[in-house]
Parts: sequence; structure tokens; C-alpha cells
Amino acid sequence: MDMNRREFLQLLALASAGGFLLENGVSHAAGNVASAAPKGSVSLLHITDCHAQLNPIYFREPEINLGVGANNGQVPHLVGEALLKHFGIRPGTMDAHAFTSLNFVEAAKKYGKVGGFAHLATLVKQVRADRPGSLLLDGGDTWQGTGQAMWTRGQDMIDACLALGVDVMTLHWECTYGAARIKETEEGVFKGKIDVVAQNVKTTDFGDQVFKPYVIREINKVPVAIIGQAFPYSTIANPRYFVPDWSYGIQEENLQLMIDEARGKGAQVVVLLSHNGMDVDLKMASRVTGLDAILGGHTHDGIPKPVEVKNRSGVTLVTNAGSNGKFLGVLDFEVKGGRVAGYQYKLMPVFSNLLAADKDMTALMQKHRAPFEAKLSEKLATTDGLLYRRGNFNGSFDQLILDALMKEKDAPIAFSPGFRWGTSLLPGSAITMEDVLNQTAITYPTTTVNNMTGAQIKTVLEDVGDNLFNPDPYYQQGGDMVRVGGLEYTCEPGAAMGSRIQDMRLNGKLIEADKVYKVAGWAPVSEAARDKGGEPIWDLVARHLRDEKVVKVTTPNMPKLKGMAGNPGMI
Amino acid sequence: MNNMTDNQTINLQRRNALKVGGGLGLLALFGSLGLVGNVMAESDRKAFAAKSMDEALTAMGVIIPENSDAIKLTVPEIAENGAVVPVTVISTLANVEQISIFVDKNPNVLAASFTIPQGTESMVTTRVKMGQTANVIALVKAGGKFYRVAREVKVTAGGCGG
Repeated sequence: MDMNRREFLQLLALASAGGFLLENGVSHAAGNVASAAPKGSVSLLHITDCHAQLNPIYFREPEINLGVGANNGQVPHLVGEALLKHFGIRPGTMDAHAFTSLNFVEAAKKYGKVGGFAHLATLVKQVRADRPGSLLLDGGDTWQGTGQAMWTRGQDMIDACLALGVDVMTLHWECTYGAARIKETEEGVFKGKIDVVAQNVKTTDFGDQVFKPYVIREINKVPVAIIGQAFPYSTIANPRYFVPDWSYGIQEENLQLMIDEARGKGAQVVVLLSHNGMDVDLKMASRVTGLDAILGGHTHDGIPKPVEVKNRSGVTLVTNAGSNGKFLGVLDFEVKGGRVAGYQYKLMPVFSNLLAADKDMTALMQKHRAPFEAKLSEKLATTDGLLYRRGNFNGSFDQLILDALMKEKDAPIAFSPGFRWGTSLLPGSAITMEDVLNQTAITYPTTTVNNMTGAQIKTVLEDVGDNLFNPDPYYQQGGDMVRVGGLEYTCEPGAAMGSRIQDMRLNGKLIEADKVYKVAGWAPVSEAARDKGGEPIWDLVARHLRDEKVVKVTTPNMPKLKGMAGNPGMI
Repeated sequence: MNNMTDNQTINLQRRNALKVGGGLGLLALFGSLGLVGNVMAESDRKAFAAKSMDEALTAMGVIIPENSDAIKLTVPEIAENGAVVPVTVISTLANVEQISIFVDKNPNVLAASFTIPQGTESMVTTRVKMGQTANVIALVKAGGKFYRVAREVKVTAGGCGG
């Protein structure tokens, strides 16, 4: 057995039945993943935020994920060595590579790509074989993120999730295909197979539930309630017009009602399948009672161990299972006397080279890809450096998009959304149309040029900055900072809204509040912008890349940070 | 299993019934609450014209209201649409006479005021317009005294999520 495979098996291993942990912590004992769960336990498998990445990819975890105020130094705001130290992971290992950006290029070459549904399917089958009755939960952001998913309006992912054996899901980006697409899927191919749950989506007129708020399923004769929490800000962070008759929000009070109702109906285990984002989940877990766990996503935090959050009635576990198909979360509950008596959790990285591809899933993927193969595999250019997106501020792939926007639109300033999805490319790689679409495939992709005053530019930066750095998680939206080209600025994350963005400059000169600047961008959320139309961002970037031929990766435009020295959310 | 299907059937019936009933039912409802054809008193006029919280409270004869746990104010943390922000106020205080809703950064801070007739359940729900991030304040007059609760509602430009 080669070294990588041995290390991988150890990494997947859960404690054997004898070592089943009743308290916190995860065993690192070697063993076979297939013999992990004790008999009669309640097992939940969890995927989230795969962003339609059916094929194996590289995905670099952030080197900057700042926590401010009470979140400073707290999970999930730990990166690099601070994260390794907190979770007791040895540097230089496969585990360290899965959870951090340390030594990324070298480690990526050593351990290979991650994710891919054919490999994930093999792992799911292995894990489920030893966990009869277990459920597979999908936290959403599943139908969006690739050109293929966009062109099929998520059909490739809908079919892949059915084949993978997903039982219950909740939503976020799915909503950008429109309300009708979700309802036709829920009431069509999903019927009797995958339940869509969301306690916090109501009609705008009478406040009626749009989806089942929860389902109760029996696992080994234990009634288990899975309550859904869709992304609370789908109508704000994404265009309102896709779901004009639906209203979202956090809806904490309704959640408590649903928990109490499910318990009243006999549920012995109650979990929230959440697309809140981890900071919101942590706050919610401290305020709501009766949840055994929140299985979370949205903020793409790969968190090796659950955070145990105390509240008035006990402890709620909060997990976050990363993104882009890179991880499978496995939570085993031991239930005694009608309640949870212990648990074990493992966030299993999916190292594609070390898991055989499932044949049926491969065939399904090939069927969906065939019509698009030629378009997706078009080579546009080569990159001489590492391209990635994830991080609080500009990634190198964002910088490439911004440079393309500024050049093609002849604008001195450009904005690009702070999405947390988007795969990574190693130095020397070809950049294909598929790679460009992995950063840009959305249903409101038009590029824009706006004349903005300096004051308006500041308002935009302050607004997005507050969505990221508001000290109260309930006021955060879970994206990263808007990516900025041309404009230089200082950011003080710990300052109040209106004061975080300072010293904005263009070519060294201070931005003037009343002066008008030409700003290029994409992904406008207004109906007016939709009706006006414009070139999709991927066509603009592709044209730019065909001209460039070789992309010279430069250091991304980062704001000067104030008050963040020593913050463990930054390398 | 939950009884979603039953609820959905009931909801559909309610929806259809209201469609048939049209505006008539709503008007009748407002009428019974005393919201239609009410003659505005001078103090109300002053309160609705007030540009600041202090001015509005003075016009209403309020002297520093107490914070109260017996008022439940339900608002979104972030408004989906600043033009129509849903606000619900429920009070368990005894002898509620009036429920008022303020937005402290609106040009006119008093957004709505409801007279609660004796024996009526103390619950009001409405939508208010908000131009910017502000505190929404519920003021309840009960047994001749005033009580309040406040919550911040963020109004954001949107975009750039997740």
C-alpha cells in the first residue's frame, strides 16, 4: 500500500465501536472506515456547497478569514497553522493539506485533486454500508457553480443527487433558477425520494410555508427530525426577481416552534440542516433550545470537529462541511432512553486519486457532459502561477477577472462579487472555458459599466464590508468582500459601519466624494440591469484570455488592513 | 411526519376564499379595528409630523418609556425590501390601549399607531418603509403607562452574497 493511501485510510478512520466517544473529540486511531459506526446508532451523512463540481478539482482553503470582535480567534476564523494547532492536526500531512492553504501547490501536486461525484459516491457507499438506515443530507448550493449546471438549469446535479442517494436537502443558489424550477423538481423527480425542507421560506402574502419545514425519518427505529434552514438572504444577496413571491429571513422564533413541534411528535434526535453560514449557526445554537446539531454550510468552512455550543437546555453541535465536493461529513449519534447520549463526527476529505470512481455515477456524468464537452474543454490560455479565489479579499482568479473587466471596458476601477465558490488552478495549467465558468456561472452574469461618485463607491464598499464584518452574525450575509480592481484602500474590519473603508485612492490620488468615476462590474441584482442586458462575464474573460495567451499571475490587490495584526484568521 | 399537506390544502382554500371576497373582506376587517374613517386628533397629527423620536414622544405625552419583555417585536434582521418591511408587535401586558411603531431614522419617525379596543388581542402587523438601516421601536400604552422595545433592521444595497 503506498504512503498516500495509508495516510488517507488513517485520515478517514473513525474510532471503532469500542472507542466510541461519548464526549467531544474525534479519534485518530487507524482502522477501516467501513467498521466505524456502532450498531443501532443514528448516522447522518452531510454534503454541502459542492457548487455543482461533478469532477475532481483543486480547491485552496483561505489564507485570510478574519474574525472581528467576539469572533476574533474563534472557529471558523482560524487559518493555516492556527487552525492546525487548534484542531491538533500535524503540519505537512494530508489532513493539513485538506484544511489549510499551507504549502498549497506542492501538497496539491503530491496528494492530487479532491472531490468529484464518482469518487464521493464510492465513499458514501462505503460509509453507508456500515450504517444501515443512515440519511444523506445536502445543505444546498448544489445546483449552481459550473457551465454545465447553468445550461441544464441544475438537471445534471438533480440527477447526480438522486443517484448519490440524497434524502433531504435545503437551498440557496438553487433559488437563482427561479421558484418554478425548484417547485417542479420538488414535486416531480424528487417526489418520494428527496425532501426539500426550509422552515424559513414563506409566501410574501400570507406567510404560508413554501416547503416542508421539517421531516421526521426513522433511523434504526429512532425518530429523527431534520429541520431545514435555507440561506436567509437569498432575496438580498441574489436577485429578488427569481423568487418574487417568497420571503426568507432567519426566523429564529419559528425555528423554536418547529423544534418543539417535532419533539412533541416524538422526535428523539432533532437536527437543523442549515445554509445560514457558520457564524449565524453558532449564534443560533446559543439561543435556540432542543437541537442536537446544526449541520451547516454556506460559509465554506472546512471544520474538522464540531463546536459544542451551550444553551439553556444543553449542548448543540455546530458543524460546517466545506465546499466544492471536497468533504463528506459523518455524524453518528448514540441514542439511549429517547435522547442523544453521545456522538462522533468526522469530516472526511475526498481525495479523488485514492477512491475508485463509481461506475454508475461516471456513466451519468458522461451522459450529461457529452453535449457540452467541446465548449467546456476549449483552451483559452495558460497560467504561469496559482489561480484561486477563496479568502476575505481579492484572490488571484478575481484579480484576473478584474483585470479583464478594466481592460475590456476601458474602466480604471472594477468590482467583482465576493463569492466563496470557484476552484483553483495550479501553475502551468491550461485555463479552459470550464475553468472560467467555474468562477462565473450564474443566471445574472451581465457585465456593467456605471458612472459612480466617490461617495457611491464608498457606500458600496461599506455596505459589503458590513455584510462580512458586522460583529452580530445575524446581520452578516456570508460572502467575502467585494473584489476591487484599480482602487486601493485601507480596511479596518473592527470599525463601525461607515468607518471601515478609508484612504481610497486611484493611481495614488485620493478618491473625491463628488467626482464621477467609471466602474466596470458584473452580476447586477436589479431588474433594470437584467432588462438592459449586456455581455456575460465569461465571454468577456474568455476574449481577454485568448488575447493574453499566458496569464502572468501578480499579487492580488489587497487593502491595507488596520487593527488586524496578530489575528489568527490571517497568515 | 408533519401535516404539511393538510396545511397546504387549507391555505389554498383560504387563498381562493380571499380572492373571491376581494377587497371587501379586508376593508371590513380594517373597519372593525377602527382604522377607516377615524378622525385624527391634534396630538396624533403632531406625532406623525415629528422629525425625531423625542419630538414624537413629547407629542404623544410619553415620558421615557420602560423597556419591557412583555412586548414581542418581530422584524427581519436585514430587510428584503426597504419599501415594505414587515413588522409584528404582540404584547402580553394587561389593558393595552395603543400600539405604535417608530423608525428612528425615517424623515417622519412615527410609522403607525393602532388603537386597541378593550378585550382585543394585542397584536398588530403591518409593513413600514425604511430608507436606511435604523431601529424599529414598538411603543405600547397599557394601563396608562408606556413600554417599549427596539430592534435594529439593516437596509442594504444587496448583491455579492455567498
